[in-house]
Amino acid sequence: MDLKELYRDVILDHNRSPRNFGRLDPADATAVGRNPLCGDKLDVTLRMDGDRLADLRFEGQGCAISVASASLMSEAVKGRRREEIEQLYQQVHALMTGHPGSSDLGKLAALGGVAEFPARVKCASLCWHTLNAALSDTRAPVSTE
Amino acid sequence: MNAIPAVLDPAYDVARVRAEFPILQQTINGRPLVYLDSAASSQRPRAVLRAVEHYETHLHANVHRGVHTLSQWATDAYERARETVRRFINAASTREIIFVRGTTEAINLVTNSWGRGNLGPGDEVLITYLEHHANIVPWQMVCAATGAQLRAAPLTASGEVDLDAFRKLLSPRTRMVAIAHISNALGTVLPVREIVRLAHAQGVPVLVDGAQAIPHAEVDVRALDCDFYAFSGHKVYGPTGIGVLYGRESLLEAMPPWQGGGEMILSVSIESSTYNELPAKFEAGTPNISGAVGLGAALEFVEHLGRPAIAAHEHGLLSLASAGLAALPGVRLVGTAPGKAAVVSFTMDGIHPHDIGTILDSEGIAIRTGHHCAMPVMEYFGLPATARASFGCYSNAQDVERLVQGVRNVREMFG
Repeated sequence: MDLKELYRDVILDHNRSPRNFGRLDPADATAVGRNPLCGDKLDVTLRMDGDRLADLRFEGQGCAISVASASLMSEAVKGRRREEIEQLYQQVHALMTGHPGSSDLGKLAALGGVAEFPARVKCASLCWHTLNAALSDTRAPVSTE
Repeated sequence: MNAIPAVLDPAYDVARVRAEFPILQQTINGRPLVYLDSAASSQRPRAVLRAVEHYETHLHANVHRGVHTLSQWATDAYERARETVRRFINAASTREIIFVRGTTEAINLVTNSWGRGNLGPGDEVLITYLEHHANIVPWQMVCAATGAQLRAAPLTASGEVDLDAFRKLLSPRTRMVAIAHISNALGTVLPVREIVRLAHAQGVPVLVDGAQAIPHAEVDVRALDCDFYAFSGHKVYGPTGIGVLYGRESLLEAMPPWQGGGEMILSVSIESSTYNELPAKFEAGTPNISGAVGLGAALEFVEHLGRPAIAAHEHGLLSLASAGLAALPGVRLVGTAPGKAAVVSFTMDGIHPHDIGTILDSEGIAIRTGHHCAMPVMEYFGLPATARASFGCYSNAQDVERLVQGVRNVREMFG
């Protein structure tokens, strides 16, 4: 087990200076994610532009993996359509559980080290589940517009 | 040979103690294991492993049932373990020693049997903010079922129970006081005798959750004068899946059985049953016989080392670890009650306990991170989680050195 694989420079950097940290007010949707075993808590707020995720912010407390994952996610999903975000999550999840695909995930590839630390997959996944909950929350109002 | 730090007693031969624990001889992630998670579960000495193997190899049959020789041997081994438990906690009689799965089941037995018969609307159960979930949730459940209210005594900044506040919360409505002997998250030792005195002055019985105290403190249920005392085997170098509920005989006699089945009856017809005497009344079904035998061996092992000697050794390690960690920049110790037990909970500025745990693990150092199944106390201190190192009879000064160096490495990694 190689710690440097888990705590890559990109991860440490995003943990130290998380991107898109904070909350959007007003927001189209909000979701709270909790990882009760670690005490992690994550709030995601977002705004939609039709089917596109126009903007998002996250805040909360968590370990380096969970904060960095949320920060990397926020950069990767901004401006994307729901369907693209869902696909991206599938690819990231596959990467983190040791089944990386061939597509280029950009900076998200830094989460690949998590695969060696099964106990930490849930830390890295929390932000994606929370985003998903927030996106589901927007589905009804967005579709009526 | 390393010099022994002045706080440790050179007469306590920790190398010999360690040699009795095969699991400690291995490497984890390429480094000799440093096991600092004994408060979650301790390891087993050869004496326990051998006792369980001997029982399973030569003595096993069902207890209290057969006329055949093996059944008698199994019964003898099981009841000998009960007598060892009685002696270890100085109970008046083996009728007061109920074998259960662990502390959690012991408390659930009391909440279900005593609680359902004695609690009602307007009644209160008084606990504290530092309880383990096992001494919170069962009371919440029985309160919800009976209409009683759960109250919790607050803490001081160092993590002690605020006794003045406790006194005020102890009201004519209080029907039960349920407290930890030692806090698993903070190491605080509660003034059990004082709390029992206050409660008894109002005729209120006291249950003590002894899960953390049993390996570290002299436990004398008659000196404590408590009414129930619950503990688990695996925290005191015994097997998992076995534990004990001590109950004052007069209370146990008055309580209905909790679970029904074989063993707990004297006679059964389709219409009704006559319940067995204590302690069988509370031991429905075939018990964890080998677990009880292993627990007996574990308690004898602890008696052999001597509880005061173990406690003194652990306190030496605790002061080494506390001083070593507190000297590191950005490290904060959580729970600093005087005389606390061998648990050091800490946080690091800007670094989540989970990351501390992973980095230490990569060096073969096992600690606990998280809320330690005591979320209210974490909330109380405004912390989502802490890192916790806890010591046992086999912990040594090298373990502490590796821990302190490991925490230094964590800081280095996170810059």
